[in-house]
Amino acid sequence: MNNHPVQVAEPIRKLIEEFNKLPGIGPKSAQRLTYYLVRMPEEHARELCDSIIAIKEKLVFCSICQNISETDPCAICQSSERDHTLICVVENPLDIMAMERIRGYNGLYHVLHGVISPMDGIGPDDLKIERLLSRLKTEDTQEVILATNLNLEGEATAMYLQKLITPLGIRVTRLARGLPFGSELEYADEVTLTRALEGRREI
Amino acid sequence: MTIQRLYKTEAIILKGFKLSEADKVLTLYTPDMGKIKAVARGISRPKSKLRGHVEMLTYSSLMLAHGKNLDIITQGQTINSFLSLRDNLWQISCALYTAELVDRFTPEHMENRPLFELLRDTLHTLCLINNAELVLRYFELHLLEYSGYRPQLNNCILCDTPLKPTTNFFSITGGGVLCPDCQYKESLVQPISLNTLKVLRFLQNNNISAATRLITTPRLLLELEQLIRSYIRYLIERETSSSKWLDQVKKLTQMEQKEK
Repeated sequence: MNNHPVQVAEPIRKLIEEFNKLPGIGPKSAQRLTYYLVRMPEEHARELCDSIIAIKEKLVFCSICQNISETDPCAICQSSERDHTLICVVENPLDIMAMERIRGYNGLYHVLHGVISPMDGIGPDDLKIERLLSRLKTEDTQEVILATNLNLEGEATAMYLQKLITPLGIRVTRLARGLPFGSELEYADEVTLTRALEGRREI
Repeated sequence: MTIQRLYKTEAIILKGFKLSEADKVLTLYTPDMGKIKAVARGISRPKSKLRGHVEMLTYSSLMLAHGKNLDIITQGQTINSFLSLRDNLWQISCALYTAELVDRFTPEHMENRPLFELLRDTLHTLCLINNAELVLRYFELHLLEYSGYRPQLNNCILCDTPLKPTTNFFSITGGGVLCPDCQYKESLVQPISLNTLKVLRFLQNNNISAATRLITTPRLLLELEQLIRSYIRYLIERETSSSKWLDQVKKLTQMEQKEK
């Protein structure tokens, strides 16, 4: 960057460089965003700045469920209206958002922050599994719902957790596997169809 | 001559990583083109028709379109999803280990049909039986062979005399067995017991179903594992990522069996 061919003002060059570090933003997009910000009203720019600082300063990881939150413990863990005997284990905080959207689940969560991926060298020690186990030993949990993704790595993680949790005498369940809503049978793969058939229900 | 835009191939999906919101780049192992990378568009979306057919460790028939950079998977149909593998943590971990080895030992676009068949048959065999250790050793030995690193197990690699039925020495750098007289001429040697040598020879010269019928002791299994692993570690210059996981799962499974 030192032998930049075009002479540009230092703050602009610096901001372009910073944008360039973000995922999916190349040098051209970085330039466009920077020049857009130059023309932006000052208060909007300040808001943007403050929100970026806020996510760094105000957010913490909930020491109980490991979710990203403003308070520690997070609002869900603190809530007395929620069922504290039920824990849903998810891969990342975005999964909690998905679960919360259905408005039908009233238990607690635990975020693993990843999934066991042997080929990438990510093992159980890199996830928040130890925290989950110590939680289960101290809290009065009746059931753990394993809601990791239904791909190979998510399934492996779920099977691993099941092996660790079952000896504690806690009920372990897994989200149902089968056909997604709005899908067509013709395109269903063998694994999905087999699971769907296994888990069929009377109507 | 015009190049066909679409082509068909069979493939085993070795691994994948997220390219963008819903797209993934998959590493495929094919019989005719060896290892290739291809894009599977939109497979993280719930309505994706392709998703289940290109899940990791699935054997599928695929239709691909030549892309500018990477080829794009347009259609897929599962041939074998190795379903019973997926319900058992130990077996699925073994399968992941074989996939990682294939990925590490092969360059892209290098046809190696025997290796493809080896991987396919190994995954199939892992579905059928519970004691996967010998299947893994069989797989490792034959993977080494098809990649050009077949260990020499009959004659001493330095003096070429037939090996005597005694404790010999395995040279990692030489890729074969040394007789007791030659053991000091190479660095990185480790003793190899007669039984281990016999099992290695048996695995090298027989097919996979014979390998599953072999009866061994836990000590012998451990020696076999350590020997081949250290040879593989030397060749790829690192520990395989999935072997650590494999050890963890093995310990967990053994503990479970003890409790029962």
